[in-house]
Amino acid sequence: MSLMTGAEVVWEVLAREGVEVVFGYPGGAIMPVYDALSGARVRHILVRHEQGAAHMADGYARASGKVGVCMATSGPGATNLVTGIANAMMDSVPIVCITGQVASALLGTDAFQEVDITGVTLPITKHNYLVTSADEIAGTLREAFFIARSGRPGPVLVDISKDAQQHTTELTWPDGPVVLPGYRPTYTIADETIARAAELIARSQRPIILAGHGVVASGSGALLRDLVDRTGIPVASTLLGLGGFAATHPLSLGMMGMHGEAWVNQSIQEADLLIALGMRFDDRVTGKLESYARGARKIHVDIDPSEIGKLVKADLGIVGDVAEVLSRLLPRVDFRDLTPWHERIRELKGDSAVRDIQTLPPTGKLHAAHVIHDLYRLTSGEALVVTDVGQHQMWEAQYYRHDHPRRLITSGGLGTMGFALPAAIGARAARPDADVWVVVGDGGFQMTAAELSTCAQEGIKLNVAIINNGYLGMVRQWQQFFYDGRYMATPLRNPDFVKLAEAHGLRGLRVSRREEIEEAVRTAQADPGTVVIDFRVEQEDSVYPMVPSGADLADMIRRPSPSGSASPAKPAVSPIVETSDD
Amino acid sequence: MTDSKQKSMSRTFITYVEDRPGVLNRVVSLFRRRGYNIESLTVGRTARPEVSRITLVVEADADMARRIEANLYKLVNVLYVEDVTASAAIVREMALIKVHAPNGKRAEVLQLCEVFRARAVDVAPDTLCLEITGTQDKIDGLIDVLRPFGIVEMVRTGAVAMVRGAGEAARPAPDRALRLTDSGTIAA
Repeated sequence: MSLMTGAEVVWEVLAREGVEVVFGYPGGAIMPVYDALSGARVRHILVRHEQGAAHMADGYARASGKVGVCMATSGPGATNLVTGIANAMMDSVPIVCITGQVASALLGTDAFQEVDITGVTLPITKHNYLVTSADEIAGTLREAFFIARSGRPGPVLVDISKDAQQHTTELTWPDGPVVLPGYRPTYTIADETIARAAELIARSQRPIILAGHGVVASGSGALLRDLVDRTGIPVASTLLGLGGFAATHPLSLGMMGMHGEAWVNQSIQEADLLIALGMRFDDRVTGKLESYARGARKIHVDIDPSEIGKLVKADLGIVGDVAEVLSRLLPRVDFRDLTPWHERIRELKGDSAVRDIQTLPPTGKLHAAHVIHDLYRLTSGEALVVTDVGQHQMWEAQYYRHDHPRRLITSGGLGTMGFALPAAIGARAARPDADVWVVVGDGGFQMTAAELSTCAQEGIKLNVAIINNGYLGMVRQWQQFFYDGRYMATPLRNPDFVKLAEAHGLRGLRVSRREEIEEAVRTAQADPGTVVIDFRVEQEDSVYPMVPSGADLADMIRRPSPSGSASPAKPAVSPIVETSDD
Repeated sequence: MTDSKQKSMSRTFITYVEDRPGVLNRVVSLFRRRGYNIESLTVGRTARPEVSRITLVVEADADMARRIEANLYKLVNVLYVEDVTASAAIVREMALIKVHAPNGKRAEVLQLCEVFRARAVDVAPDTLCLEITGTQDKIDGLIDVLRPFGIVEMVRTGAVAMVRGAGEAARPAPDRALRLTDSGTIAA
């Protein structure tokens, strides 16, 4: 067995774990690892800010289903990862973050660029390690990958002191599985539990399946479709569940929650059984908890036992993998005639359809919803869309109908502005064949716009659609609804995004009329490099419908009806119903 | 569910953890960020090398207790958790109390010690240092009766707990099926 440096071990383990690409940024305490990059069988993508590296690893992981990897130096390099790590933690995304640390002899002395990053990231990682010996690098990284991808996935950080990178060691690679005495990611589900679920389903008249990120993460799409086709139970999706169940399936209701369609939320409130699959009843999904689905029994399936009963009391909690639960449930359920329930939902749907912006007569103005809908049409619904956070994110969720899992990548739990562009770079690295579209607001784009340089330098092809309304749109909408229209600190004076693209040697386009959308989309798709399209949309559009924070789920601010006179500027709602935690 | 199960009350958890740097920090950080209020926490070694035992007392109802257990299990270094609140368990705290006891009062203080089965472990001209182990109530009781004499200094530990009977606390948990084997490792 030959001796290797700790730095060489890092790359060797990454290759053995099947890592294709690492997103990172060098610096003093990680230089030995970067020096060993010359002999590595792994691609490295140089980012412009470590936050971008973490989001890229996140986007890579969500697009591929594999573990994403990012790398940074100690101190500021490591702290710059923090937002990206927190984002991956909230959305249960498997990433491994490798950070350099000052030499072990200097630990705890406030050395140059020393930060206790394992302390800092303790509450936002699934687990983390500080490694101060070359001998421990291989085993620790192997554990890190295992922990990141198993059970409820999540980020794992491995902090490696500089001397550990420099010292030599013998690489040991056990044949067997990773042994962690205190870590049990999987659970056995009793037959009686599955039988009870089947019984609750058989007795229900108005059941709804709530499909969350767990459906996507566990690859349960086909099983879920089988269950729905067999039972006729309609499916509502969380934001991160979109694509887990085909949006064009007749029993797909669409997205639930704060900006879910009215009929979805109303159906949930009228249901007598909720079958929650890999979702965690976030406040954006439930509205006011006290009045949430009060007439419904709840079956809650989640791989994380601490989620059961956390916010919504489950009549039956099942701790396990959604795929296993569905495959064992399938033989026990029968076709049900749910016609009255389907008809009731159709009735609820009818009222909303007339309010849909797509059916409104053309006004000559460019609405964000038009851009998204046209993008959906022009890409035949097959694009891999990465969205940022805000109004455009909700419009995308409403108007781009995803039929496949892992084709919508978005920051859900943390709501991280600046996520989209770097995450899309990661997604494209995972899926170089995919038609990757970044849908991003003008505010969020500028948070991580420096990663355009990464696209240019690394030859990464993205199509960037900036939904530019000159505002921090979602905050502006809340100001309009809940703060008497005082637009404090939300108007944006933006740079010329076309010129900005051109300054990076990339193509920039501008669209301000609906007729121009198609040509711009086609031009972008045909260009071999990243193209930025600046869509100048209506400035004061709002996302409808909307459940005000803390309000009852069915108590929505609706889209103004075309026949009604309700002005969108003054929705009929009590101004402040939000809770203090907003 | 009965009312008593839903009632918020002091609950005692026995937790086995790997004896590694930072593990206590992980446990405490979990309680802090989830908003669980720790009433008492005691850490110490076990008969097995590399395994420490934490006794936690937390105010919680039954649902929260179940989630506390589930959240503790999410920590990779946590080997085993048991809520012993409803079990027949021995729960003990310890206190050292330095009480004002000049010549005329000393006999009276020592008499009270007798009643509470506390021991005098040090004598100075004007003070006595007493050691007591027992339940929280018992120690509170001694403190109450000593207070009129003047307590000079006091230190109390948190609770340690052990389930009565022949077996070890780490018996198979229904969901986890984890147990400590005789060799000291954790097996399914």
